[in-house]
Amino acid sequence: MEETMVTSAKVSKPRRTKRVQISSLLASAPMAIVAIGVFVVCVGYSVVLSFTKSRLFPNFNWVGLDQYERLWGTSRWIVSVENLFLYGVLFIALCLVSGFFMAVFLDQKVRFESGFRTLFLYPYAMSLVVTGLVWQWMMEPSLGLQNVVQRMGWESFEFAPLVDPQYAIYGVLIAAVWQSSGLVMALMLAGLRGIDGEIWKAARVDGIPTWKTYFFIVLPMMRPVMITSVVLLAVGVVRVYDLIVAQTGGGPGMSTEMPAKFVIDHITARGNVGLGMAAATMMLLPVLLVIGPWIYREYVRPTKH
Amino acid sequence: MMGKKLFAATIGAGFMSASVQAADVEVIHWWTSGGEQKAVTVLAEEYNKLGNDKWVDTAVALGENARSLTMQRILGGDAPGAAQFNTSRQFEELIEEGLLLDLTPVAEKEGWKNFIRPSSILNPCMKDGGIYCVPVNIHSNQWLWTNKKVFADVGVKEPHTWEEFLTVAPKIQAAGYIPLAFGGQGWQERHVFDVVMIGMTDEKFWNSVWKDKDPKAASSDKMRKVFETFGALRQFTDAGAPGRNWNDATNMVITGKAAAQVMGDWARGEFAAAGKVAEVDYGCIPGPAKRPSLTLGGDAFIFPKSSDKNLEAAQMKLASMMLSPTIQAKFNNTKGSLPVRADVDLDVADACMKKGLALLDDPKATITPANNYITEDTNGQVQDLVSTFWNEPSMSVDTALSIFKGIIEDAE
Amino acid sequence: MEQIQLTGPHGPKPKKTTVSRLGVYAFLFSAAVFFCIPLYVMLITSLKGMPEIRLGELFSLPGDPSFAAWVKAWGEACSGVECNGIQTGFWNSVKITIPSVAISIILGSINGYALSFWRFKGSNLLFGLLLFGAFVPFQVVIFPLIIFLREVGLYGSLTGIILIHTIFGMPIMTLLFRNYFSSLPDELFKAARVDGANFWQIFFQIMMPLSIPVTVVAVILQTTGIWNDYLLGLIFAGRENLPMTVQLNNIVATTFGVREYNVNMAATILTALVPLAIYLLSGKYFVRGIAAGAVKG
Repeated sequence: MEETMVTSAKVSKPRRTKRVQISSLLASAPMAIVAIGVFVVCVGYSVVLSFTKSRLFPNFNWVGLDQYERLWGTSRWIVSVENLFLYGVLFIALCLVSGFFMAVFLDQKVRFESGFRTLFLYPYAMSLVVTGLVWQWMMEPSLGLQNVVQRMGWESFEFAPLVDPQYAIYGVLIAAVWQSSGLVMALMLAGLRGIDGEIWKAARVDGIPTWKTYFFIVLPMMRPVMITSVVLLAVGVVRVYDLIVAQTGGGPGMSTEMPAKFVIDHITARGNVGLGMAAATMMLLPVLLVIGPWIYREYVRPTKH
Repeated sequence: MMGKKLFAATIGAGFMSASVQAADVEVIHWWTSGGEQKAVTVLAEEYNKLGNDKWVDTAVALGENARSLTMQRILGGDAPGAAQFNTSRQFEELIEEGLLLDLTPVAEKEGWKNFIRPSSILNPCMKDGGIYCVPVNIHSNQWLWTNKKVFADVGVKEPHTWEEFLTVAPKIQAAGYIPLAFGGQGWQERHVFDVVMIGMTDEKFWNSVWKDKDPKAASSDKMRKVFETFGALRQFTDAGAPGRNWNDATNMVITGKAAAQVMGDWARGEFAAAGKVAEVDYGCIPGPAKRPSLTLGGDAFIFPKSSDKNLEAAQMKLASMMLSPTIQAKFNNTKGSLPVRADVDLDVADACMKKGLALLDDPKATITPANNYITEDTNGQVQDLVSTFWNEPSMSVDTALSIFKGIIEDAE
Repeated sequence: MEQIQLTGPHGPKPKKTTVSRLGVYAFLFSAAVFFCIPLYVMLITSLKGMPEIRLGELFSLPGDPSFAAWVKAWGEACSGVECNGIQTGFWNSVKITIPSVAISIILGSINGYALSFWRFKGSNLLFGLLLFGAFVPFQVVIFPLIIFLREVGLYGSLTGIILIHTIFGMPIMTLLFRNYFSSLPDELFKAARVDGANFWQIFFQIMMPLSIPVTVVAVILQTTGIWNDYLLGLIFAGRENLPMTVQLNNIVATTFGVREYNVNMAATILTALVPLAIYLLSGKYFVRGIAAGAVKG
C-alpha cells in the first residue's frame, strides 16, 4: 500500500511530492524553533550563565563552580530544597492516597456520583493564587478556623500553621492537596472504569474480600495511572511558586521558601543572576535525570507509526 | 569624547526647543499606604500642572516588589520613566551599565551640590563624575512610636532604651496589650534588627561592621548582645504578625491594640492621616538608645536612559521639580519626612519632626545606612539570616553570629 | 448497552450490608465538606461587612448580606495608588487568553498532524525536545526569554505575553493533538494522499473537522491554564496588561491600616469565576483535558 502510493505519486506528480514535503517542514518550523530555540538554546544559556559572575545583566566573567559552591553554602537555598522534598513527598503521597480512596468509594455505585465528582474536582479549576489566598484567610489566627473552634469550647485547639515557622509548610500542603487531589481522583476513577469487570466476578468466586481485591489485584493493575498521576503532580511540585507567593510569601522567616522562588528573587530584586541560574540548573537536573530517559524511551526511540 | 557629548547635548537642546512634544513619564514607586499616597499625589498633581507631560503612576506594594519590577523592566528593555529606590547601592549596576540618565546638566544649572543637605545623601547618586539620581527626602529609621494612652493605662513610663523596653514590656503584656506591634515581613524584621543594633552599640561599631566589614566586630560580644536583645523581642509580638504590612502594624498602635512599634519616621504620616497629635496621642522616641543616632537614608528616583528626546526632557523636568523648594516643602510635610534642602519652610513641623530635625543638626547623631556600604546581594543575605533567626527561636545566637561573620567576611 | 456498562460504575456489586454503605457515604460526605468549606467561606465572607467579620464567626451566614464588597472589588479596590478594582485585570486576562489559546491550539494541531502523518528525519527528536519542555521548570528559561523578548522589542507587550503563552503551551498542545491524530486510522490519510490531496488540504478538509472533540478539550485546558497563570503574567505582560491573578495579589497586598477581608474574598471569587464556569459547563471534557496531556495515546 505504502509502496504503491509513493511510487504513484512519484510517477504522476513528482513535483507535488516535493512541495508537500516542504510545506510539512514549513509547518513544523514553529515547533522546531520553540523546541530548539527555547528548550535547548535558552536552557543552555541559563546553564552557561551559572558559571559566570553575572549580576543583574548577563556577563561572561567566568568563575567556574563558585556560584554552586556559594549556593550550597547558602542556608536559604538549603532550606528551600529541604522544604521542597518534605512538601513534595507528602503532597504526592497525600494526593495519591486521598485520590485513590475517593475514586474507590465513588466506584461503589453511589447516588449523586457526578455531584460528588464535581465537588472533588472543582478546586483544580482554581488558580494557585486563589487557593493560597482562600486558605490564608481560613488559617488567619484571630478570625479564622482556629478562633471558631476555640469559641465552640475547645480552648486549647490550635490551627494557625501559617504564623508558626514549624508548621507553615503544612499549611501550604493542606491548600495544595485541597487543590490537586481531585485530579488524582479523576485519573484513578477513569483507571478503575477501564479495568475488566471479570476481575470482580473471579474475585467473588474465589471468596476474596473486596478490600483485598482493591489492594492486591486492582491497585497493581493501575500502575500506569499512578505513574501518570505522579508525573503530573511532580511537575507541579518543582514549579510551586504562585501558591507560596499568595499564601505565605515564603515566610514566616524562611520556613516556606522554595527553589522556584529562590531563582525568581535572585534574578530580579537580589540582582544575582549567576547564583539564580546555578539554582535553576539544580532544579533542572532531577527533571533531566528522571524525565529525559522516560521521554527517550517512550517517544524518541520508537520510529514505527 | 567630551566634545561629542557636548555636541549631542546642544543638538538635543536645540531639538527640544524646536518641537517639544508631551511625554508620559511612568513612575514606579512603593508608596501605597494611606499617608504615602497623599504624598505621592502631591508630586503627580504638581507635575501634571507644569505642562503637557503626564505623570503615569505605577505603585507596587512592598519596596522589594517595586524594585524587582523596575529591574525586570529595565532588563527587558521596557524601562519606566522614573523609579524609586533607597539612597543606597541598589542601583549601582544600572549606573555601571550606562542605563541611567546623567542628570548633571540640570544638577549643575541648579547647583544641587550647593543646596542638598546633608551632602552625604547625594553620594549614592554620584559615580564617575555623573549624577544619576534625585534624593527626594530624608528618612530616619530609628524611632519607637507609642500610644500614650496605653502607657498611661498600664502605668509605666515610655522606654528610652532597649533595656527599659524589656522591663516594661511584660507589664504591658500582663495588662492585655500587645507590647510591640510588628509585621513579619523580611524588611521589617531587618529594620528592627538594625534599630536594635545601633541602639545597643554606637557609630564606631556600626561602621566597623558595615563599612569596614570587619569580621572580628561581626562576631564580637557586642554583636552577640544585639542578637540576644533582638531575639528577646519575639515574645512581645502577637501571633498574627507574619505577613502583616507595616501600616497595619502602625494602625494597631493608633487604635490602642498595641503599645509601641519600631518604624521609620514615615509612620508619622499614618498617625497624621488618622488625625492624631504628636506627643499628645502618640509619642516618638528616637533610638531607643541612651544617645540616639539616626540613619540618614531616604528615597531617591532614578531616570532610565531613553532614545526619546521628549521623554528625556520630561525626565529632566521631573528631576528638577522634585527638588524645587515648594515641592520639597509640600511633599515632605505630607509624607512626614525631612526635605533634602535647608531653605525649605517647614511650617507644619510637629513635635516629632522637630525632634528629628534637632538630631539631624548634630553630626555626631547621624550615621549612614548599612545599605550604602553593602550590595543588595549582601543585604539580602543579612535579611535572610535575620529573618530566619527571628522566626526560629531554636536557632542559637552562636549559630547566628557565625553565619553573620561569614556574610560580612565575604561582602564586597 | 455495552457503552453504558463502560462509563458507569465498574466496581464490585455492593453487598447489602447497610453499615458499609453508610461508611461509604460518610466518607464521601466528609470529603465533600472538606472541599466545599473554602468556597463557602469565600462566598459568605464576601457578603459580610467588616464589623461582622471582626466578630470572628467564620462560618456564620451574613446577617445582612450585601454585595458592597463585590462592587468595591470589581471597580474601586486599590492596587497601589490606582483604585479601579480588579476589572482592568479581568479585561487584560481576556485580551491575553483569547489569542493565546487560539494560536497555541492552531500551532499544536499542525504540529501534532505533522508528527503523526508527515514524519521527517529528526521529527521524533524534535518532539522529544518539545516534550522535555513540558517538564522544564519555567525558572530555567525565564531569564533568557526576557533577554530574547528585549532583543525583539516585545518585552512587556501584549504580543510578548501571548508569544510566551504560545511557547509554553506548545508542548502539551502538540502532545494532545499528536496522540489524537495517531489514534485515527491510517487508511484515512493514505486514501487522501492517493487522491492527490496535499499537506494543507488534508489538514483543513479531513483532519480539522475530525478533531473537534480534541479541540474542545484543548480549549478548556488552555483557557483555564492561561487564565490561572500568575508567574508569566507578572514577568512578561507589562504594566498595561497585568492579568487578573497578578492584580488580585496586588489588591490583597495593598492595605490601609486593616485588611478588608470581604473585598479580598470578593476579588478572589471574581478571579476564580471564569475557570469555575468553564469547569462546571464543560464537565467530562475538563477531566479528559487534564488527563489527556500526560496519558500516552
